[in-house]
Formats: sequence, C-alpha cells, structure tokens
Amino acid sequence: MKLTKFLATAALTMGLATTALAEKTKVGFVYVGPVGDGGWTYEHDQGRKAVEEAFGDDVETVYVENVPEGPDAERVMTQMALEGADLIFTTSFGYMDQTLNVAKKFPNVKFEHATGYKTAPNVSVYSARFYEGRAVQGHIAGRMTETNTIGYIASFPIPEVVRGINSAYLHAKKVNPDVEFKIIWVYTWFDPAKEADAAKALIEQGADVILQHTDSTAPQAAAQAAGNVITFGQASDMSEYAPFPRVSSIIDNWAPYYVQRTKAVMDGSWETVSTWDGIGAGMVGIGEISDRVPAEVKEEAEALRDMLASGEYHAFTGPINKQDGSAWLADGETADDGTLAGMNFYVEGLTAELPQ
Amino acid sequence: MDLSTINPVLLIASLMVAATPLLLAAIGELVVEKAGVLNLGVEGMMIIGAICGFAIAVETTNPYAGLLAAMVGGAVLSLLFAFLTQVALANQVASGLALTLFGLGLSALLGQNYVGIKPPAMSKLDLPILSDLPVVGPILFSHDPVLYIGIALTAATWAMLKYTRVGLVLRAVGENHEAAHALGYHVVRVRVLAILFGGACAGLGGAYISLIRVPQWTEGMTAGIGWIALALVVFASWKPWRVLLGAYLFGGINVLQLNLQAAGIAVPVEYLAMSPYIITILVLVIMSTDKSRAPASLGRIFHASQ
Repeated sequence: MKLTKFLATAALTMGLATTALAEKTKVGFVYVGPVGDGGWTYEHDQGRKAVEEAFGDDVETVYVENVPEGPDAERVMTQMALEGADLIFTTSFGYMDQTLNVAKKFPNVKFEHATGYKTAPNVSVYSARFYEGRAVQGHIAGRMTETNTIGYIASFPIPEVVRGINSAYLHAKKVNPDVEFKIIWVYTWFDPAKEADAAKALIEQGADVILQHTDSTAPQAAAQAAGNVITFGQASDMSEYAPFPRVSSIIDNWAPYYVQRTKAVMDGSWETVSTWDGIGAGMVGIGEISDRVPAEVKEEAEALRDMLASGEYHAFTGPINKQDGSAWLADGETADDGTLAGMNFYVEGLTAELPQ
Repeated sequence: MDLSTINPVLLIASLMVAATPLLLAAIGELVVEKAGVLNLGVEGMMIIGAICGFAIAVETTNPYAGLLAAMVGGAVLSLLFAFLTQVALANQVASGLALTLFGLGLSALLGQNYVGIKPPAMSKLDLPILSDLPVVGPILFSHDPVLYIGIALTAATWAMLKYTRVGLVLRAVGENHEAAHALGYHVVRVRVLAILFGGACAGLGGAYISLIRVPQWTEGMTAGIGWIALALVVFASWKPWRVLLGAYLFGGINVLQLNLQAAGIAVPVEYLAMSPYIITILVLVIMSTDKSRAPASLGRIFHASQ
C-alpha cells in the first residue's frame, strides 16, 4: 500500500516536473539597492541580463530592488516562490537567514545566496574573493598616498568588509610602512548623502586616498570636488570618474555564474555548492589602471594581480599578527577559507577598534 | 585617538551643508502642518525635486534653472496630494504615503538616463575680503547660495507666522478650520497654497542633495531625509527656529560622529551612529516641555458643508 502510494506520488511529481520543464524557467533576483546604483546591484542586474540573453525565450527573469535586509526580504522571496520562480538569487549578506527560512518552505525552489556561508539542500552560496582586488588597491594606495593617510568607508562590520580592510591595509603597509588607515562605518550599503559626508570627513582629516565598501558613486564625486584625492571603483568600474579621481576598480562579474546556475536548473543538474572565486576565475575583475598612476606602480599592481590570479600568491600570506599582537599566520603560511569566511578581527597595525 | 585631526572650522562648514536639505524640507512641512494638513509625502516630493532639478540642470547646463525646476517639480507632485485631500477629501495619511511611494517610483523612471552624469557645478559665494577671513570666512561667507536661502526662509517663515496677516490666517485655518471658514476665509485655498509651498521647499531640498551635496543622481538618493524632516517638525513643536536648530544639530552630530570615527575615538561605533537621532530628539523634547502643541485641526478633513 505504502509502496504503491509512494510510486504514485513519484510518478505524479515526475509528471509535474516535466510539465514545468516544458515551460519557461523563472529566475528571481532580490536586490538590496536600486539597479541604477552604478555599483553592487548594477552588476547583479548585468548578470540577470546576461541570463536573459543566454537563454532567450526559455527563461523569464524577475527582480525586486531596494529590498531591506530584514523581514521584508522574506516576504519578497516568498512572493517570488509563490509566483513560480524556479531559482532565486538573493544578492546581499543580510538576506542570509531569510533565504534559509523561505528555502525551507519551498523545497522545490533553488536558492542562491550571495556572500553568505549557510547552505541547505536547496540553498547554495556564492561569493567573490574581493579581498584579492583589495590587495591590488592597497598596493596602489600605499604607493600613491602623500599624506600617508588612507580613508576607508566601510558599510557593516561583517567578515566580507573586514577582510577587505585587512587585505588593503596589509598591502598598503607592505609598500609604505608609515601608512595609516582611517575607517568610517556608515551602517548602510547605499546612502549617497551619507557616503559623501563620510568621504568629506575623511578628506578633511587629511586622507588623500579613499577606499569604499559602499555601493554608490558619491564618494567618487566628493573626491573629485576635493581635487587631489584618488579613489577606486567599487563593485562596478565607475569609469565615469576615470582617469581621475578613480584610478582603478574592483569589478564584480556575476554573469558567467548566473548563466551557469540557471543552466543547471534547466537541465536538472543543480546541486548545493559553495562557490568562492577570485581574480583567477574571472569573478573579480580589476578595472583598468589609469594613467594617473605612475608607470612603475601600475606594473607592480598588474604583477600582483597576475600572481593572485594564478594562485602563486595568496593575499593573506604570513607572517601576520592579529590586532592584539597575537600570532595569526606563521611565515609563509596562508589563510584557510574557513578563517577568512568568518573573519572578525583586524590585523596588527590598524589602530581603530572593530565594531562587534 | 587624535582629535587634533578634526578641523572645527571645516566641521562647522560641512555641518551647514549636511543640514540644509533637511532644513528646507522641514520648513516647508512646517507651513503645511500649520495650515492643518499632514503631508507624509515629503520624501516623495524631495526625490522628485532631486531628479527634476538634476535633469534640468544637466540639460540646460544651468544649476539655477535646475533649482527652479526642482521647486516646480515638487510643487506639481504636491498638487496631486492637494487634489486628493482637499478636493476628493481622501485620508491625508494614506494619500501622503502614496505620494512618497509614487514619487520614489516616478523619480527612478525619470532618472534612468541620468545615472553617472555629472551636473554643472554651482558657484559658491566668493566675497573679495569676507570669504578669505580666517574662521569666519569658511563658516559664514563661502557657501552655495541655497544654504543662505534655507536660513532666510526660516527667518521669513517665522516672521510671516508671527507678524503678518497671512500668517494669522494660515494659523487660523490650521487651528480651527470651521471658525476660519465662518469668518469668510477660503480654507481649501489657503491649504492648497500651503501644500504647494511645502512641495516647492521639499523639491528644493531634494535638488540640494542631487546638485550640491552629493552631487550626482542615483535612485533613492534622499534615503529617508524626508521622514527625518517630518519627525523634526513635530519635535521642534512647529516652531521655525527650533526646526533650524534641530536640523543643524542633526546635521552637525552626523558630521561630527563621522569625524570622530575617522579620528579613531574609543567610543563604540554603534553609539556614534545612533547619536544624531538620540541627541536631536532629546534636545528638542526637553525644549518642547513648554505648552506648545500641534495645530488643532492637523490632519482633519474640511468640507464647507460640515
């Protein structure tokens, strides 16, 4: 009895599955900012467009922008799942628990959570090794600063952001032992006015390099107004501010991953994975280093980029101590992904206190 | 911690810039509420002002045309609110919320072609001797014109409400619209004009963000300042100078906390980040312990037949 019932259910499910396959595959995207932010969300939306281009009429994409990182995100995801999405990309760290909650309710819908670390049978996580790009930025920043003061606009004290600060600092310090980092936490991913204020405060305190881990181009505009400050594009190339103040950038390239995962859902080969790719795999791009960077610095930076890409060099290679002076990595030792994924400490030399 | 890296002169100069959009929007809303209308659409009118101002400034390469367009844009959007609440007698809270949502959406649509463009720069005040004075120069004599308009508007609103007949009529309408009507004043006309004024101010405040403070266009760039302006009007007990004080306090502590963070002060960042809200509310609540209260007809619907 039980067996027949099981078989019947299985047959029914397969039948349903085939009809579903015959229809369009629906892919949903949940964005934390507007698609026109010129940074983080913009690049995710480029990935969505790449999915549409790759599969044409076989795929339908939907997106919701400006979704706050809170209970509202759960509502948006639930709505997408109810409307028949087969695959949902949730593109901000703060959607982590919401993604898992909704995934539990819709076991047949696949979820992909960006920059998180919790997986489930139908939840994959993916992220990019932005810290590799930060290493290149840190190098250029350390070489180019004249005031030895580098300003850093940070969003939220989560591992991804802390990794970026540490990586940039280590590589700036390596080429300029006198370098000092001033860090401002703005507690937002996207608030142009606040980001502009933070950039101005840093510039007024003597920073002549501004690094940002927020999504808008407002700090670029503030640096431009100040005149003698250099910046780096964040998440997107921000080339409208090139060649100066923007001298290079970290570009997130999600398109290949989104296309590949959509394909996997279509042919039924989707499995839970944890993807963490860097410069080598092309998920992190280093935007063109502009002419305002001295030729030799540019060469060094490109060499560093290539070494990171080939895996010859790891951005966190010992000896590195933690901020409190305790040893973290021995000479020549490289950081393991587990520690990096949960990084909640500053490295030695950073003077500010890390908010917990 | 190294507090000496904070330059108090630059700090005061930038807090005035940070406070101006808030001040403009809040002064506009104050007049609206004094007339007995609660318009929760400030955020929507600001963002519409931000994009209208930005678009026109870019197209005409004249920032002043942009500012004018921002005021018109904000006022036109507020006209929708005026129609809903004064003619169609719709609920003001719901209409205001709808206005904000509508404004945010419409601005994103209008702004699609303006992402990543740089607006024409607005010249700053540059008086031969005064602007070069130490300390006083950067603080008082070297800002953009809109900042001075904000302060002048505060003074004008205060004087208008306190000393003029127009102010008296406006307050009468806001306090008791039946009595004002019985005296022969056009309640609806006064309110519509007040709403238009509020819309123009909010639009100007929005354009200040997109043309001067940031300056660029990005969707949703007002990021909640309209809501803070609404709260500020209440906490300032509907008094113009207190609105100015509150706006400068809020802008000032915001800028100060960023500077303190950059200077590496040993206070947890979370406390610094919430300090502008807490201190502004505290100061204004303490000040409002006198017998000031909301206009009595605030949020009530008026129809001449009632």
